[in-house]
Amino acid sequence: MACNSSGCESGGCYGREKENGCKVVDVKETVRLCVKCKSNEPMTFGDGGSDDGRFCAECFRSNVYGKFRLAVTSHAMITPSDNVLVAFSGGSSSRVALQFVHELQVKALKNYEASRDRSLPVFGVGVAFVDESAAYPSLSGGMSDAIELVRSTVLSLSPPEKDLHVVTIESVFGSESVEARDRLVKLLDSVSDETGKEDLLLHLKMLSLQKVASENGYNRLVVGSCTSRLASHVLTATVKGRGYSLSADIQHVDARWKVPIVLPLRDCVWQEITRLCHLDGLKTVELARHPQSGINDLVSSFVALLQEENPSRECTIVRTAAKLTPFYFNKIPETDDSCVPMATQRRLKKFNLKYDGSMTTEAFCPICNGPLNGSDSSEDESDALYAACCSSCRFQILPQEPSSLDHFGSLLPHHMISQVKHHQKFDSQTYLREKIKDCLLLDDEEAV
Amino acid sequence: MERGEAKSKKAGGPPRLCCICNERRPVLKRPKTLQQICRECFYEVFEEEIHQAIVNNGLFKSGERVAIGASGGKDSTVLAYVLSELNRRYSYGLDLFLLSIDEGITGYRDDSLETVKRNELQYGLPLQILSYKDLYGWTMDDIVKMIGLKNNCTFCGVFRRQALDRGAALLKVDKLVTGHNADDIAETVLLNILRGDIARLSRCTSITTGEDGPIPRKYCETLTLSSHTYAYFKKLDYFSTECIYSPNAYRGFAREFIKDLERLRPRAILDIIKSGEDFRIATTTKMPEQGTCERCGYISSQKWCKACVLLDGLNRGLPKMGIGRARGGGVNGGDHKKETKAGSTVKTLESKQCGSLDF
Repeated sequence: MACNSSGCESGGCYGREKENGCKVVDVKETVRLCVKCKSNEPMTFGDGGSDDGRFCAECFRSNVYGKFRLAVTSHAMITPSDNVLVAFSGGSSSRVALQFVHELQVKALKNYEASRDRSLPVFGVGVAFVDESAAYPSLSGGMSDAIELVRSTVLSLSPPEKDLHVVTIESVFGSESVEARDRLVKLLDSVSDETGKEDLLLHLKMLSLQKVASENGYNRLVVGSCTSRLASHVLTATVKGRGYSLSADIQHVDARWKVPIVLPLRDCVWQEITRLCHLDGLKTVELARHPQSGINDLVSSFVALLQEENPSRECTIVRTAAKLTPFYFNKIPETDDSCVPMATQRRLKKFNLKYDGSMTTEAFCPICNGPLNGSDSSEDESDALYAACCSSCRFQILPQEPSSLDHFGSLLPHHMISQVKHHQKFDSQTYLREKIKDCLLLDDEEAV
Repeated sequence: MERGEAKSKKAGGPPRLCCICNERRPVLKRPKTLQQICRECFYEVFEEEIHQAIVNNGLFKSGERVAIGASGGKDSTVLAYVLSELNRRYSYGLDLFLLSIDEGITGYRDDSLETVKRNELQYGLPLQILSYKDLYGWTMDDIVKMIGLKNNCTFCGVFRRQALDRGAALLKVDKLVTGHNADDIAETVLLNILRGDIARLSRCTSITTGEDGPIPRKYCETLTLSSHTYAYFKKLDYFSTECIYSPNAYRGFAREFIKDLERLRPRAILDIIKSGEDFRIATTTKMPEQGTCERCGYISSQKWCKACVLLDGLNRGLPKMGIGRARGGGVNGGDHKKETKAGSTVKTLESKQCGSLDF
């Protein structure tokens, strides 16, 4: 590509300087100091990424950790009275999330032990790992090693100690028996669309994490999704016709679940995460992925291609999507719980005041838990499950023949199908009542 | 198509019949629905869809003068053919014209213009040709010589959109129709997400754009594949070479992706458009305000419209003006030359119709 000489500035022809033979002063060659602290030697990762050789190890690490901490504090993700479950897949992103949460906890512990009145408790941290080998048989080979690594990692991250919960994906059916395994296989087999199958599995994985969290007394679920992952999600959601619910999935907080999900690494890119793992020697597990040929994979390769062309593309995609209106549940709900420190309550109130998320009431798809667009619903559908689902799940997950819908519904985990029976609509009455209950004089039983 | 025929051979029964008329042999699988249909039913279904889009959206009123953006490519040829056919069949009462823009690209536009001239005779629609040379004093070949192969699509797209509007005003038409189809709109939605253009993202799925402006424009939700299949079967006279400068357009990324996506899931193209329509964009987001260009009076959200900015840059020998992020205030975005991002991230005022009136 021709590079017009009159318009060529340093930084303007990223990566193409050599090809075009432009005279550009190569900053790297003359100055060898970290651009931030100007005292240490910069790290070179040699991975061909951007910003290579600009920051020293400390500044780089503090940049990334700083983004994590900012996300946590400004969205009240983790507060002293919380019990936090970290979803750990063994991959780099969740490893970094676990590491940072641990460091936060260590700091809190230090403050606690140093403080005189010990007023602020230290939040608890647990770790959950979901074994998906029932769905992807090719994983079962490396699974026990993976679990071993996970175990040793969690052990190494103490004090403070953390409980490890290893669950199988079929636990969503209430047990980890052979029957549950078979049911899972049957369920997945009845989904004909490749992408639908992958997505259904993701929804089941989230359900199993929610189950672990709520059964073990956790009140926050930390997920290590980074900017890059979210950029792919923005495009897959667009491509699947899920433009309405997209904004719900990509915020820092997703409180539509029983145990709210928080994304503290939302503002970190994949490159930073892999570099950090490399820098700190954080061991990760790469389970051999069963080859995916669906839309999700196509989008990932597309994003990778775009990244090559412009390293800040992922950030632009997420920034654009961030301009879509979030939902009312995209923030930590305020609470009157007396265990929650006053400072936290005040901060939540202050945050919620500034928040201009939409105050609509929503119904949710029983399968993907996506908020339903009013115009999509078809009240006159004969099948309750079909009527309750979003158009994307209807197409890619539900069986196409109406006669198979009942059977499919019977295979779904109870949690999903129970929502259909109650004709899940967000109960605005209850929601309002919660807000005004301090003013009410009547007891619940006498309420109209 | 092969799979469908193989299936019926395996079944060992009589050859399948067209899904719609059940009389004739199917000759193709309809891209949108994958139904097997015969040639005649395909024509009917295709034309009917366009007719419904026109009627349901109230696109035209009887007696209106309507210009058809015609490049000689498949899409605009199909549009010209079908529209004149429907105008006759359903008595829309429209006065139709062909409007063609000559960007001055040798070996491409000069050839395709010959096609449009033939269309004028074949369809009996009066033709008006406007050239960049006459309007702006520059041909695309001149521009490329000056600025190179990067960002040239920006100039072409901006100039052409304005040229169409000017041509339409010259012909004193009430509406301008373009042959954009679902693929184009899907590409545009993706491009706007990729490039952070939230303002355009909120507008790009409307069937009518520029309603407050002088001439509203329309598009149709047919899939490219359907449109091209129609052209093929009807043996319409069209020109099918890509613009020689197009490989460098950023839109190419989106187009490649969509082609791959279509193979996996054809309805994804329409799903992208649906997502685009469903996006909830915060009202607090800063949107550009509509005004007029001080220099030429054309619609603009800045002091000068993009075409004037670009043109000024060309004439002053500062071709990077108007490309990249605008810095500082100032009428021309200042005399900046900063390209803030690597690659071809370009902020343009006009919509992303670069090189896409034909394929």
